Amino acid sequence: MPITHPNLHLNRLDGAIPAWLGEISPDDLLPICQNVSDGGGRLLALWGSDVRDQGNGFALHVSLVNEAGLICLSMALDTAQPVYPDISRIFPAVARMQRAAYDLLGIYAQESQDHRKWIRHGAWHGFPLRKDFVNHQTHPHPNLPPMPSHQSSPASGRGGEREMQSSIPEGEGTMARSPAENVDQPLDAYPFVRVEGQGVHEIPVGPIHAGIIEPGHFRFSVVGERVLRLEERLGYTHKGIEKRFESLTLQQGARLAGRVSGDSTVAYAWAYAMAAESIAAVTPPERALWLRALLLERERIANHLGDLGDLGNDVALSFGFAQFWILKEQVLRNNAALFGHRYLMDKIVPGGVAVDLTAFGKSTLRDECTMLEREVRVLRGIYEEHAGVQDRFIATGRVEPKLAAQLGLCGLAGRASAQAWDARVQFACAPYDRLDVRMATYRNGDVAARAIVRFDELFESLRLQREIMDRLVHGDAATEMLEKLPGNGFGVGMVEGWRGEVLVAIHTDATGRFARVHPHDPSWQNWPVLEHAIMGNIVPDFPLINKSFNLSYSGQDL
Amino acid sequence: MPIFQIIRQIVRTGFKTEAPPLPDEALRAEPQRLHGEILRAFGGALSIRQVDAGSCNGCELEIRALNNAYYNIEGLGIKFVASPRHADMLLVTGPVSRHMETALKRAYDATPEPKLVVAVGDCGCDGGIFGESYASCGKVSSVIPVDVVVSGCPPTPVAILQGILTAVSAQKGTSASP
Repeated sequence: MPITHPNLHLNRLDGAIPAWLGEISPDDLLPICQNVSDGGGRLLALWGSDVRDQGNGFALHVSLVNEAGLICLSMALDTAQPVYPDISRIFPAVARMQRAAYDLLGIYAQESQDHRKWIRHGAWHGFPLRKDFVNHQTHPHPNLPPMPSHQSSPASGRGGEREMQSSIPEGEGTMARSPAENVDQPLDAYPFVRVEGQGVHEIPVGPIHAGIIEPGHFRFSVVGERVLRLEERLGYTHKGIEKRFESLTLQQGARLAGRVSGDSTVAYAWAYAMAAESIAAVTPPERALWLRALLLERERIANHLGDLGDLGNDVALSFGFAQFWILKEQVLRNNAALFGHRYLMDKIVPGGVAVDLTAFGKSTLRDECTMLEREVRVLRGIYEEHAGVQDRFIATGRVEPKLAAQLGLCGLAGRASAQAWDARVQFACAPYDRLDVRMATYRNGDVAARAIVRFDELFESLRLQREIMDRLVHGDAATEMLEKLPGNGFGVGMVEGWRGEVLVAIHTDATGRFARVHPHDPSWQNWPVLEHAIMGNIVPDFPLINKSFNLSYSGQDL
Repeated sequence: MPIFQIIRQIVRTGFKTEAPPLPDEALRAEPQRLHGEILRAFGGALSIRQVDAGSCNGCELEIRALNNAYYNIEGLGIKFVASPRHADMLLVTGPVSRHMETALKRAYDATPEPKLVVAVGDCGCDGGIFGESYASCGKVSSVIPVDVVVSGCPPTPVAILQGILTAVSAQKGTSASP
């Protein structure tokens, strides 16, 4: 048993990773969370579901993780008063997930401090994830603010990721309102926390940013160039992914899962397949599992190459951008040639994979490995010896290990701040259980550390790719696809994507169709930490710090 | 010294830039004329404001790839700019989330005439797998007028470049009459 508590009875779930499910009463939530936290565990995800059709009101689901594995807790909430205890005092990262659970389902954390809307900006009425919600009802924009007569001029900068100012009218409101009072705020209104004092001014950025990146709003409070506070406001790319899942079949859902966050399509598709296979209690053929790992490592390689180039670009070393993006393009072209898609979308399906690797493919990838190892070694040497790069990287955007642990920083950014978690190591599902992945961790927690972790992981992924090809077993890769899931099932999948742990949870109804699908991106945990990483740094370093985390907007907005 | 390593690496890498795709059959015979059109219609450079109106970030990966040495979009006189006020073209990915509807309309209004809009990706073309819902307006053209659509999930950099060039060559047709 991963944890013991008198009121907790855990059942082991089928599937590739060690995971348990337990039904608890909301009263036991705080002590169990405290127990897991005291033992060094973390919170992974929180979501709710509408089970009124089964006569059970609403349900809250919390996924915790400790050294033993994944602990999934479910608890029934009252239909009229769907409340549960606030656990953000134990796990600060959960605060935004609790706010999102209110926005989407109308369940809320009692005594939580922050009742501002998170995902819902005012474009619709009601709670979309309730089963009686009419999907096409939308807000008629009754309070749409008038167009500003003049827009603030765009900020000029030379980074790869310049930010544009835009006018976001501010609304009145306080953080401590009850959820019900917050429902009818005008579109665009959001009570940012205001920093007062002599010489303090605000820089609003977004939702449209100046670079080619996803939309979101950043509110900087600065004195001169120094940032006193950053507050993020996300939710702009919310496109109803969770609701959409409920109208899809298992196969259609695999496509959608692969588009939760485009840069992590392999990780999501695998986590989704893993969750479905957990419910159906099936194991894909061994060759398919090895091929999945190959695709996942290729996704990591491509993203790390791209980020290392961008980090060079953000410190005015455009040479770095040019070089790394040439390498990334070559990886993408090999993906297209060998697997039929540059980003490997739709190649992992429930039950197996939709690709295979020929002898020609193997030799192409071996050549690619040799080329990448040679080139990245040269480029790493240049980055490490380049005084300008190191001057900008070192001590910039620092997250101390203690703060990282407190806030639950995870994934790549977590490992750069001494948070030694990597699902490929701790919860090694096949074939990682036979690959002996070496985890990269550093303590400095600055941009330099996040760059070094990327370099280390890049070399490790290249080593893994070689080893996977050497040991790839013969046999069938595709086999029979998973067609349908059993009724009233629950399954969960967790995969270490390039950014961090990606989790997908699936609940099926009595007929085996989706009752609820919840994808969770590691960006949920890491966005709030970015607000801390920028404090005390200067505004022009924000694009660099932001890029060193490279978090997903779409993955958290859903 | 890094500078010598950098120079050695640049020399060793060599030129990677490939020939740009052609916009359509009519222009296939005269690729040079296209660059001439960009020069004439847009004063030597086409400036693009990219707007992610709610995409999964897949299309953004391919749009960013246009800046790499293989596609070298700046070599064609095309660059991405920070403000719609500096832009000749909006390159919009979808689906347009309802939360981005206002921002997209404002960006469109802020772009000076004559403005071109290219919708990128299956979601920008028809809403894609996300469709229309309480949270999604679906395709880009349900929010702002669109000149050219580029399908694909995500479309390749070549397809996106082709869409951009097609919009420019169509622009030539309309600007030639007065």
